[in-house]
Amino acid sequence: MDRRPRRYFIKEQPMLQPDEMPDRPSLFQRIRYSIFPSTLRTEKAREGYRRLFNSLILHFRPRNVPEDTLRWTLTWGLGGMAVVLVFLLLGTGVLLKFVYQPLPEKAYESILHLQNEVLFGRLIRNIHHWSANALILVAFLHLLRVFFTGAFHAPRQFNWVIGSGLFLLVLFSNFTGYLLPWDQLAFWAITICTGMLEYMPGIGLWLQALIQGGPEVGPGTLSNFYAIHTAILPVSLLILMPFHFWRIRKVGGLVIPRPPGQGSGGHGQTVPAIPNLLLREIAVALVLIAFMLVFSMLFNAPLGSKANPGLSPNPTKAPWYFMGIQEMLLHFHPIFALFVIPTLMLVALLALPYIDYQLNTAGVWFASTKGRRMALIAGLAALIGTPLAILADEYLIEVAARLPTIPTWVTNGLVPLAVLLAAVGAFHFFMQRNCAASNTEAVQMVFVLLLVAFLVLTVTGIWFRGEGMKLVWPWDAGT
Amino acid sequence: MTKMKKTEAVRQEKDDPPKADSSRRSFLNKLWIVLGVLALVELAALVLAFFHPRKAREKAGDSEGILETGSVDKFAPNSATAFVRGKFYLARLEDGGFLALSRKCTHLGCTIPWSSKEMKFICPCHASVYDIRGEVVSAPAPRPLDLHPVLIENNIVKVDTNKVIKRSSFRPEQAVYAKK
Repeated sequence: MDRRPRRYFIKEQPMLQPDEMPDRPSLFQRIRYSIFPSTLRTEKAREGYRRLFNSLILHFRPRNVPEDTLRWTLTWGLGGMAVVLVFLLLGTGVLLKFVYQPLPEKAYESILHLQNEVLFGRLIRNIHHWSANALILVAFLHLLRVFFTGAFHAPRQFNWVIGSGLFLLVLFSNFTGYLLPWDQLAFWAITICTGMLEYMPGIGLWLQALIQGGPEVGPGTLSNFYAIHTAILPVSLLILMPFHFWRIRKVGGLVIPRPPGQGSGGHGQTVPAIPNLLLREIAVALVLIAFMLVFSMLFNAPLGSKANPGLSPNPTKAPWYFMGIQEMLLHFHPIFALFVIPTLMLVALLALPYIDYQLNTAGVWFASTKGRRMALIAGLAALIGTPLAILADEYLIEVAARLPTIPTWVTNGLVPLAVLLAAVGAFHFFMQRNCAASNTEAVQMVFVLLLVAFLVLTVTGIWFRGEGMKLVWPWDAGT
Repeated sequence: MTKMKKTEAVRQEKDDPPKADSSRRSFLNKLWIVLGVLALVELAALVLAFFHPRKAREKAGDSEGILETGSVDKFAPNSATAFVRGKFYLARLEDGGFLALSRKCTHLGCTIPWSSKEMKFICPCHASVYDIRGEVVSAPAPRPLDLHPVLIENNIVKVDTNKVIKRSSFRPEQAVYAKK
């Protein structure tokens, strides 16, 4: 790395000498000089100040970055987009805080007031709403990008864990924000999601009462969620985010992209971060902000009628990012759908970088040529297999009804999970025999299999479930 | 020469400090850790306790406790009447027994409507179905609807909404009958 000492401070600040000034400064010029004395500085002094400002930026960015990591197809700008969205959310969130009232009798009315009477109120709410949804999407794609470029291998293992933590914070922020409008959509989504806690063995009921601030969703829940949403989560995000970035700096930047089959060969050429990295980041940020603005002008954030605890709408759905779990509820016993499977998923996510890998494929998209092929096959298998499994469970299998003597948590929980794990295991065995791949590629294959299966469940839950949670076509579900 | 001796002495002290001193130091260090953990536990307990009084207050203020629903004859056999304030249904079985059924679906807590046409409670959220006794007719609900205790005094049906009875199945003794 370039270690030349460089001066980022200014020793003297030479001003324009009298003979360099215009003959007699006019009144306006004198006023201007009085407000902006810096315009009197010489070119050299101004250069010094520019460098001082740049060095401020260099507190956040390295001086030089490997040229290859600037490639758009390495990061897709996803991490940067997530940061921009977080700041958009903080800005609009603070504005919303001035209007919103976290009381059940007032919350909904304050949203109506915001939308109908506050100048740009609806736009601000729209930006907040769509940015929050976009953040989940972007953060998730960022997670996938990191996984599929192998950027979780040593020494980046712990940063994967931090990133997973950030993703959970984002999910939880979205979830707590979902209740605040206090409309039918919000009320019942939170009712069923906090209802899910009941199935957690041991501490479930206690935790549910703590989070709901009472026996059911009510004023206590609203003030709890408001405090968590507007204080605890933003502060946690702002603490964890710099930690995430700092760990990237500590390992010398992003993974160096390389084609499959090529060993990792050092940094390659490095270029100054200013302007190469900075301009790219600013470009991504501006395009994203413009996009969010236009999108928020065109599409309004949904707002149902005011929450009515006596009337559950049909169908009642969880927020879309929890639809995969809600879909699992229809196929598994609640303890499995809400506790066992999500816990296994979370543990697997956090353990992912700590598996003893045979190959360090950092920087190679999908690990290798073989890895690409295996991922594709796994993706297709899940894409075809999951809908078939859903259909079979919906119309063919009635295990619980045929074996009424066995508890449902066995027939609807343990048995299907075992079948599922056996299917994954068999797929793994079959592929391993045909491909003789390293465990790096095999883990990736299983990841793709489960990922696509979960995505199919989510899509089914969002678009293919109508009244009474029956399977319908998306174009029929709307009516 | 003296300087070298000094550094040597310092190094020696670093490598193996005097014995008496080290045990005292490690004891004090451990004491600090224990005290720190204690302080953290205390803090966590305080934070949790902070959330409790609000919960208790709300529970007391939420329901007035025992709710008078009306005289026994008002309720026809084989019917369920909704009580919005108490958040329950008063069901009268075919044989005249009373059950106060919580309107909260035992699956995920949605509010169940009574369909008098089908004589069933059908949850709009995940299609759980209960019969008039609150028993599960169709999954995913894991257990029958919760009960509130019913008292019949002077032919007036009263329901204690503060108490919730969870049950795994319907038993005849759960129904309450008017004294003849």
